[in-house]
Amino acid sequence: MTEKSGADILIETLTDLGVEVVFGYPGGAVLPIYDALFQQDRIKHILVRHEQAATHAAEGYARATGKPGVVLVTSGPGATNAVTGITDALMDSIPMVVITGQVATQLIGTDAFQEADTIGITRHCTKHNYLVKAPGRIAPVIREAFHIATSGRPGPVLIDIPKNVQVATAPAADPAAPVTRTTYRPVTQPDPEGIEAVIEMLAAAERPILYTGGGIINSGPKASEYLRELAALTGAPVTSTLMGLGAFPASSPQWLGMLGMHGTYEANLAMNKADLIVAIGSRFDDRVTGRLDAFAPNAKKVHIDIDRSSVNKNVRVDLAIIGDAGAAMQAMIDLWKTRGHQAADLTEWWNRIDGWRAVRSLDFDDGKDGVIMPQRAIRALWEATRDRNPIITTEVGQHQMWAAQHFGFDDPNKWLTSGGLGTMGYGLPAAIGAQLGHPDALVIDIAGEASIQMNIQELGTAIQYRLPVKLFILNNEYMGMVRQWQELTYSSRYSESYSDALPDFVKLAEAYGWKGLRIEGMQELQPGIDEMLAYDGPVLVDCRVAKLANCFPMIPSGAAHTEMLLGGAEVSGEMDDEAKALV
Amino acid sequence: MHIKEESVERHTLSVVVDNEPGILARIAGMFTARGYNISSLTVSEITDDDLVSRLTIVTHASAPVMEQIIAQLDRLVPVHKVTDLSVHGEHVERELALVKVVGTGDHRIEALRLAEVYRARVVDATISSFVFEVTGGTEKIDKFLELMREVGLVEVARTGVAAIARGKEAV
Repeated sequence: MTEKSGADILIETLTDLGVEVVFGYPGGAVLPIYDALFQQDRIKHILVRHEQAATHAAEGYARATGKPGVVLVTSGPGATNAVTGITDALMDSIPMVVITGQVATQLIGTDAFQEADTIGITRHCTKHNYLVKAPGRIAPVIREAFHIATSGRPGPVLIDIPKNVQVATAPAADPAAPVTRTTYRPVTQPDPEGIEAVIEMLAAAERPILYTGGGIINSGPKASEYLRELAALTGAPVTSTLMGLGAFPASSPQWLGMLGMHGTYEANLAMNKADLIVAIGSRFDDRVTGRLDAFAPNAKKVHIDIDRSSVNKNVRVDLAIIGDAGAAMQAMIDLWKTRGHQAADLTEWWNRIDGWRAVRSLDFDDGKDGVIMPQRAIRALWEATRDRNPIITTEVGQHQMWAAQHFGFDDPNKWLTSGGLGTMGYGLPAAIGAQLGHPDALVIDIAGEASIQMNIQELGTAIQYRLPVKLFILNNEYMGMVRQWQELTYSSRYSESYSDALPDFVKLAEAYGWKGLRIEGMQELQPGIDEMLAYDGPVLVDCRVAKLANCFPMIPSGAAHTEMLLGGAEVSGEMDDEAKALV
Repeated sequence: MHIKEESVERHTLSVVVDNEPGILARIAGMFTARGYNISSLTVSEITDDDLVSRLTIVTHASAPVMEQIIAQLDRLVPVHKVTDLSVHGEHVERELALVKVVGTGDHRIEALRLAEVYRARVVDATISSFVFEVTGGTEKIDKFLELMREVGLVEVARTGVAAIARGKEAV
């Protein structure tokens, strides 16, 4: 039987698993794998400029396509640089497989050059990880890793391969060998009794609400269709977490907008006053619940989640259904129809919701003297692009929340953002990954001038692979969300939140071979967006916006949904220590 | 501002796992990372092919935290089964301690007498010292050590708790 090197077995297994794109960066401990990559043409390797960007690009690819993102980096600093993106993927349940090189097995533990305890470091920021000590183990471990990364609650899985294992040979792997892990059996099919119970609760509810999340996106496009049908059948209002935007169309009259800290007034008040909350693929995160003892005090709560550990973690629920969001909704729809339930008369409930909508919590005043309000810039961007159904990525901060509030998403897999970990620097590499997955799509990173500098080097990657991503920077010269919290909590002592010594972004774009343009003042907003969209290639837009605008509405950390701040006049002063201790 | 403490109860968990490298670090690290407490942890292989290990973990947690601990353990890929023996039904807990006592005269005689009461075996003896081997529940061992402190205890090694459910059913 012919033997193959570990590196060849790895590449063959990846090819066999349908991997088309790998995001990576070479180095000493992965040279054998890079040599194997060089000698094939089925897998495309995307050379990033920093390993963190490889992980975010893989996340963007995964989120936009539904396929797992694959990362290849070297030992030591290659692996440690990837840790942020791996943790990000864990928090947001993004399927990702990370392959790291390691020093040769006989050198492990000797503090060898570029040695790091990658398995130890990533043990708690991966869904699972492996150190492969024999070339014959590479194929089964890679197959198991893909299975684990993509099934159940998706997440990142890391495989550490020492350099001598990449070089050593073993009999060619059997591609038909099944994954045999017996301890890993995610529950996907919901318990019928739970489905029965939730259907009866929904049929009887007077003030129901569907509180949806990223689990629906992870379940696949079918799940979004089921959500639409379930909402139509029950007539219930729908709100979503940041991660779930797009699963339900923002253009639907049943859509209340995002909930939580920067959610709409109607979404949060409806959660507070509901008599039944059905959580689907969402996890009662602290950004959603606000103060726990005041969260939805009169509601029966049902939690549908694929991860049992998400149930009762933050909020005690009355009914838990463990399973895939899509499978659960499908079962709910079937049973609803079988039982002949009709949508209850929710007129009174909708009247109350319309009352909260009338507050128009997302309204803002346009700036004086032609200054662009950031919300206005996002609305203009949405109006100009909505017919092209763009993929939007973001960095983290005010611009991210404004994008979530003001950009309307009608389809899943179009909104790519770092929700759980809140990683600045996510957006540009994620846009690159999304563009690779959808070469013909319009992909825009809505960024802030501070966040974008965390992975600005990826301008080079976009040029190298001719990716026409658009980078729309809302430049207010502040780490705006930090400044907003300092206004709210620390009497406007702006400790280190001013973006000093900014580069000339237009010149920087041009230095990388991008088109750069600046938008200053309302009269330039529309022409600038048009110019950006007309250009067939990557464009960076430095959009100068009002410097001191804040993101509303806002539920301050540790406050109840009913204690929303609706406008700037309410934000200034000093908070007590209890409030200061909350993130 | 002061940080509030929660009231907790003692639970004994049996965790059956694939015996793979790093499994102990994975489990112990999960406890640390999520702020759970480990009072005692024992681990050993339990199958003749050495592929499966059983951990016995004693932890103190409130009921909601306990539910989380079990769910978090259960979702680790190498974990076969998690059983909270404290709620599963009646169970037996044992640990073993090796206790070194140094002394002469009355102390030495009293140490031997107490050891007999606690059914501790002498596993090593010199003119001025004993090493006792004692097994039992945690409370019995604690009590024995408390007495030995009065009569010249100088060193102790404890195994931590191993536990199993009573009756014919296997967990």
